[in-house]
Amino acid sequence: MSLVFLFEIEKCEVLMGIFSANKSLQDRIFLGVSVVVLIFVLGIIFALFGGLINQGLDRLNWDFMFSFPSRNPQKAGIYSAWVGSILVILVTAICSVIIGVITGLYLEEYAPKNWMTQIIELAIANMAGVPSITFGLLALSFFVIRLDFGESILTAGLTLTLLVLPIIIVATRESLRSIPLSIREAVYSLGASRYQVIRDHLLPYSLHGILTGVILAISRAIGETAPLIAIGALTFIAFLPQPPLEEQFPFVNFDWLFDNFTVLPIQMYNWISRPQEKFHVNAAATGIVLLIITTLLNLMAQIIRFYFRKKYSRQSF
Amino acid sequence: MAASSSPKRSHTRLIGALIVTVTHLFGGFLPSKTFAGKRNVVSVDGSSTLFPLTEAVSEEFQRAKRGSIRVIVGISGTGGGFKKFCRGSIDVQNASRPISEDERKKCEASKITYFELPVAYDAIVVVTHPKNDWINEITIDQLKKIWEPSAQSKILWWSDIDPKFPKKKLNLYGPGTDSGTFDYFTEAIVGKARSSRGDYSASEDDNTTVQGVIQDEGSLGYLGFAYFLANKEKLKALKIIPHGQKNGVLPSIQTIADGSYQPLSRPLFIYVNAQSVESKPWVKEFVSFYLNEASKLAIETYFTPLNEQIIQLVKQRFEKKALGTSYYDHKLSQRLNEALARETKL
Repeated sequence: MSLVFLFEIEKCEVLMGIFSANKSLQDRIFLGVSVVVLIFVLGIIFALFGGLINQGLDRLNWDFMFSFPSRNPQKAGIYSAWVGSILVILVTAICSVIIGVITGLYLEEYAPKNWMTQIIELAIANMAGVPSITFGLLALSFFVIRLDFGESILTAGLTLTLLVLPIIIVATRESLRSIPLSIREAVYSLGASRYQVIRDHLLPYSLHGILTGVILAISRAIGETAPLIAIGALTFIAFLPQPPLEEQFPFVNFDWLFDNFTVLPIQMYNWISRPQEKFHVNAAATGIVLLIITTLLNLMAQIIRFYFRKKYSRQSF
Repeated sequence: MAASSSPKRSHTRLIGALIVTVTHLFGGFLPSKTFAGKRNVVSVDGSSTLFPLTEAVSEEFQRAKRGSIRVIVGISGTGGGFKKFCRGSIDVQNASRPISEDERKKCEASKITYFELPVAYDAIVVVTHPKNDWINEITIDQLKKIWEPSAQSKILWWSDIDPKFPKKKLNLYGPGTDSGTFDYFTEAIVGKARSSRGDYSASEDDNTTVQGVIQDEGSLGYLGFAYFLANKEKLKALKIIPHGQKNGVLPSIQTIADGSYQPLSRPLFIYVNAQSVESKPWVKEFVSFYLNEASKLAIETYFTPLNEQIIQLVKQRFEKKALGTSYYDHKLSQRLNEALARETKL
């Protein structure tokens, strides 16, 4: 409660501060500059989105969503692209959550503080700064050629996993660290094992932080183009991967993991660099779809945050 | 000390063991790539320049075969595509230049044999603002004077090119260094591939070059023919005067096809894996379809089609199983009918 109250006061001060007489000159200049920068940034965002929506909204219809690419811009659509994007992101989400959360837990809770751990931490910090194309080249030689996964959805999902792992590991560690020591001490003093502490207390309390990290990481991954072009994602593909569900036993089918694919940003990149104006309209429409997906993901992050914060209310901490 | 060092070591070992296990598990137990082979797929990759034509052909081919054969097309670039092609992982390679010496060696090392089949022409157009009234044609020497590396920070005004031109700021636009258009233009004009001045507005996307030239009355730029065709009303193309000639030639489908628009036009190729043609009948069908339909679809996708006589030569080359390239000595300037008349070497 007190935090919200503080924020309200601050808001008033932003509005009043520039004009109020009892502020120092420095304060007023700084406030003024901040507001100008804020307006500038918002202006850029609105100009970008506005341009995209203005150009592409008319093209956005069911035909566009459920057609395959074509040389005729009016007939072309993004069916294979959005299905590919969703499947790739699914693989990325599953792999990166499993690997990322376990790594974070290990480093924060189990790892001894020695040179090995420090090297691992350094490596993770470095990984966050590596240009995404580098992961693409690594994936090309390791996943595509060495492990013979081919230019498949699995390869793409694993490549993007490498890309977002540092974000998820850091998010996991941060939210574990934010749990007060008193809670661990209390649970340990009742005789719980380390595993019980993690399962029943640390994971639930840190879940909202981890999930927020995961969803932010994934909304970054969904817009990635360069590493996927490097591993050989396609641009023209007029069929869908094999369906994951089938009528016969065992009802699920993982063949789609090894199918070729394309994704939304690659389709968009291809269209924007074509000479014909009408392909640029298609690119804008694809941009809107990408934007909607990212917005939905971010919205989900907010909802999860809100839900878990209520469930494991931290007022007692 | 001894007590605390043993858990440390076990942790280190544990991690090492985990990494090894996971790698082996993935490599061993997951099914290998059997699914792509089950269906009849033609896989194509390579140049993004040629992509629109191959996309159109693939679309029509799938329609004609009612989906019984599938075609997939990537855009790894001519260089990236040749890497895959010489590894044997694709059937057809889109190329905006002939195969290089290195790539030939790589293909030879992995015993990949191939057909080299020209499918269309592309050209580079030199453009200015439509309001520019002082220049209609330009010589190769003038272009070289403008674009060679030593022109950097020296040729800054139109009057630096020719004193007869007005003293107006010369603003240059062109493709970035990752583009095949850049490679080709520098080789044809400056004489050495990738040798160019650096102080011009460069973009990997020719649409940006179009925008730059349109908004600037003192502009001069070069871009792919397709981008000129799509923006014909907004740009002014310059006639190119070849070496040793007096009259300039305006780029058009006519002049590109008959070879008089020189030296800025070039053939585009598909390279076809000969083993794929033998073992997969649908790859052969696709290539035949490509050669038959390319001229019709080339116009739709803003390329210049080959003339009928040359198409016949290309088809003959494919039917007679003449493997290899006719650009083995890298004479890029030869005309296409001369190149097709030469013997081919792997």
